[in-house]
Amino acid sequence: MIYSEFIIEVVLENKPAARDPVGETIRRDLLAKKGYDMVSNVRSGQYLRFYLSAENEKKAEEIIEELLNKLRIFNPVTQNFKILKLQKES
Amino acid sequence: MRVKIAVLDFPGSNCDLDTIHVLNNVINIKADLVWHNYFKESKYDGVILPGGFAFGDYLRAGIIAAHSPAIDEARVMLEDGRPVIGICNGFQILTEAQFLPGALLQNDTLTFICKWVMVKVENNETAFSNKMNIGDILNIPIAHAEGRYYIENLKELEQNNQIVFRYSNENGEYTKDSNPNGSLANIAGVCNLERNCIGFMPHPERASESILSPKGTSHGKNFFYSMVDFIQKRL
Repeated sequence: MIYSEFIIEVVLENKPAARDPVGETIRRDLLAKKGYDMVSNVRSGQYLRFYLSAENEKKAEEIIEELLNKLRIFNPVTQNFKILKLQKES
Repeated sequence: MRVKIAVLDFPGSNCDLDTIHVLNNVINIKADLVWHNYFKESKYDGVILPGGFAFGDYLRAGIIAAHSPAIDEARVMLEDGRPVIGICNGFQILTEAQFLPGALLQNDTLTFICKWVMVKVENNETAFSNKMNIGDILNIPIAHAEGRYYIENLKELEQNNQIVFRYSNENGEYTKDSNPNGSLANIAGVCNLERNCIGFMPHPERASESILSPKGTSHGKNFFYSMVDFIQKRL
């Protein structure tokens, strides 16, 4: 089996119902005060980049989804995760 | 029979020695400080996960510690009804280990908060509150950056009487001003359905001697007396 190298980017974000005081502060105390009142909401999060080897792109994504859930890399009580980008390492 | 309690020591724990001091010298019971890798549940009647930090609290406070072998040992105690208590960082570890419902998020002030607050007893049938009365108002300090309790299904938590302590003012009212960190429903401590596992953000070990309290109180003792009483009733 030939394995390839992949890079997967994951963003963890608080669920909409869980307040995000970091995002709120950026919007209220920085953006709104500096004239960017067209920005109605800011949400902060955590960003992780995984480098891994897998048989194919699908497998790579499966591995990451599995470890996110199994090891509680994201906390399902408060967070959602989003896989942003998946690319083969050049 | 002599009660023996373990206080776990994770890399970064810093309320471990305070907790040991109070158990040994104020409550006068035997307590061992146990490095997390060497913890064996069979030697103890109860365990306390103390405050501080654990493994740098990278990713989220408590998540790395929640995967440590010490938590597998503590799970055996949890399942056979011995008290498993988490204070501050210990509470964060117990929610991440799913011993307790909910999660602890960054304070809504975005700052570390270290100050004396008041909490009111809501449930006095747990391993960390059974020597208290419902409605008791206790002086106790907090010291944390991630103490904002959050849970999606608050109703279920209330229906199951799992809220043990809430931040209140001196009249026992649950106001916004008396809620230091933005916790949902002023929640300061919760328990599991079996009442033997409790997580609590404030620090009873810092409030057990009147000389340490600005108001001359020593309400923190009641938490540890409760734990000892709970163990003695089981034995």
